[in-house]
Amino acid sequence: MTTPLHIGFIPLVDASALIVAVDKGFAAAEGLDVTLVREVSWSNVRDKLNIGMFDAAHLLAPVAIASSLGLGHVKVSIAAPFNLGLNGNAITVSPALHAAIMGEIDGNPLDPMATALALARVVAARRKAGAEPLTFGMTFPFSTHNYQLRFWMAAGGVDPDEDVHMVVLPPPYMVDSLANGHVDAFCVGAPWNSVAVDLGIGHILHFVSDILVHAVEKVLAVRQDWAEKNPDVLAALVRAHIRAAAFIEQPENRAETARILAQPERIGVAAEVIQRTLDGRLKVSPDGTRRESSRYLLVGREDAARPDPVQAAWLYAQMVRWGQTALQPDALRTAMGVFRPDLFDTAAGQAGKATGVSKPIGAFAGPAFDPADIAGHLAAFRIGYWKP
Amino acid sequence: MSAESSPKIVIVDESPIRAAILEEGLREAGFTGVVHISEMQSLLSRIYALDPDVILIDLENPSRDVLEQMFQVSRAVRRPIAMFVDQSDAASIQASVDAGVSAYIVDGLKKERIKPILDLCISRFNAFAKLQDELDRTKSALEERKVIDRAKGILMKVKGLTEDEAYVLMRSTAMREKKKIGEIAQSILTASELLK
Repeated sequence: MTTPLHIGFIPLVDASALIVAVDKGFAAAEGLDVTLVREVSWSNVRDKLNIGMFDAAHLLAPVAIASSLGLGHVKVSIAAPFNLGLNGNAITVSPALHAAIMGEIDGNPLDPMATALALARVVAARRKAGAEPLTFGMTFPFSTHNYQLRFWMAAGGVDPDEDVHMVVLPPPYMVDSLANGHVDAFCVGAPWNSVAVDLGIGHILHFVSDILVHAVEKVLAVRQDWAEKNPDVLAALVRAHIRAAAFIEQPENRAETARILAQPERIGVAAEVIQRTLDGRLKVSPDGTRRESSRYLLVGREDAARPDPVQAAWLYAQMVRWGQTALQPDALRTAMGVFRPDLFDTAAGQAGKATGVSKPIGAFAGPAFDPADIAGHLAAFRIGYWKP
Repeated sequence: MSAESSPKIVIVDESPIRAAILEEGLREAGFTGVVHISEMQSLLSRIYALDPDVILIDLENPSRDVLEQMFQVSRAVRRPIAMFVDQSDAASIQASVDAGVSAYIVDGLKKERIKPILDLCISRFNAFAKLQDELDRTKSALEERKVIDRAKGILMKVKGLTEDEAYVLMRSTAMREKKKIGEIAQSILTASELLK
């Protein structure tokens, strides 16, 4: 007997494990008949998951936490048994802002502290000249992109709420908005950074892996109550994802993966552009300069797929830092409880094994993150809404 | 506050027909302050300039995420926005998502004043979807008719059949292969294209 499932996704490369699990037959092999539903906004994905129109969804990790805490919307407890990807975002800036930052930089352009300090000087010079504040695009208030941009610029002394404008833009509109000057920079996932570079209207300034070594990005999300009622279906779904992630991470399967993702009803962008992301070999400048990173996007390798509650705690700390919620021990526990390594282990047949060791977040600025002392951690940062 | 008279309603929708249908319905129901935004660029600043009490947006619109920003603490946000549908309103969320619309309500507007707006919005969206559906069905029926006529023409020419014979041949083939006659006609067109 097959189990019909409806799963929502946004056309982004970090939905690859989900899309490959379905299109390559890993889900069918587990007895699941999955209908993938392509969505246009994170709000839609969240709402349709919450009310049960979707059984599962490709979801921004911070949205899974915000839903469980009832932030910004109806409170629905979410369980995340599988990380669809770590890292994978990039910061792209307009040619004008790129030139301005490079004109002010003192140090290595790949060092995020050097670029953040240069950005602070650009911002100061613009203010002195009476120019409009710079505008940065990101994908959602509760998004890794929002927190990554803020973390980076604040380290250089730029207050994201005072010194620049931060605006939400749907990913497919990012490139147009950069081209027509509505934003000066954006942080978004693949393939949109590469699309901007290919069009000659953007420079990739940073891979997010420059800012944070391990940053959870999207999760496979289900409702907590659904997970409790359907343990076997969930385990089958997670297993299909584990197999799909292993498939994607084999270098010889990358071209096929890119072709699957490129289909018009999936991501609908040229396979070659998608493969750059999978390979971590990106064109970063319209002049053709390329940059490689083994950490650009992790789908399953290095234990990336196994949820780590410390990552959830870090995201919760960002919500507190930027005034989206108050610091409360209960809320921290709830946030960490969204990430479910136990469900991953059950599916993988590793139940009873020791829980995995957390990988450091590896932020380029500030002290090492300690989920047991978020107040102490946040106190180390000068800029932010939260004050000790 | 102004909301006590007639709340100011903004409709964010790229479909001019659907927006017009909704706007008309709201006006008929006595809601006079209705503004339609169809241009998504700088959406947030347009909305701030209008300072509405209620914002209605269709779910096919990627800019819905832009509106979520209004929940945030920020100097740009003058009046906090709350989703009308709270914990106890699961049925309302279900109905509005099914209809393909979402409502954002400024804090302070009374619930009983919002209900008729949302109900009207849901029924107009559903009516529009039905209309669209009928239109799509008519369109595809027309398309199918054209394909069948062309396939008939090919059979008449190649096999020297009359119009009726060509049609009967396609229909019996469709029945034998458990396919629609339109599919058989399409295969004939494809095959003849390949054999050209």
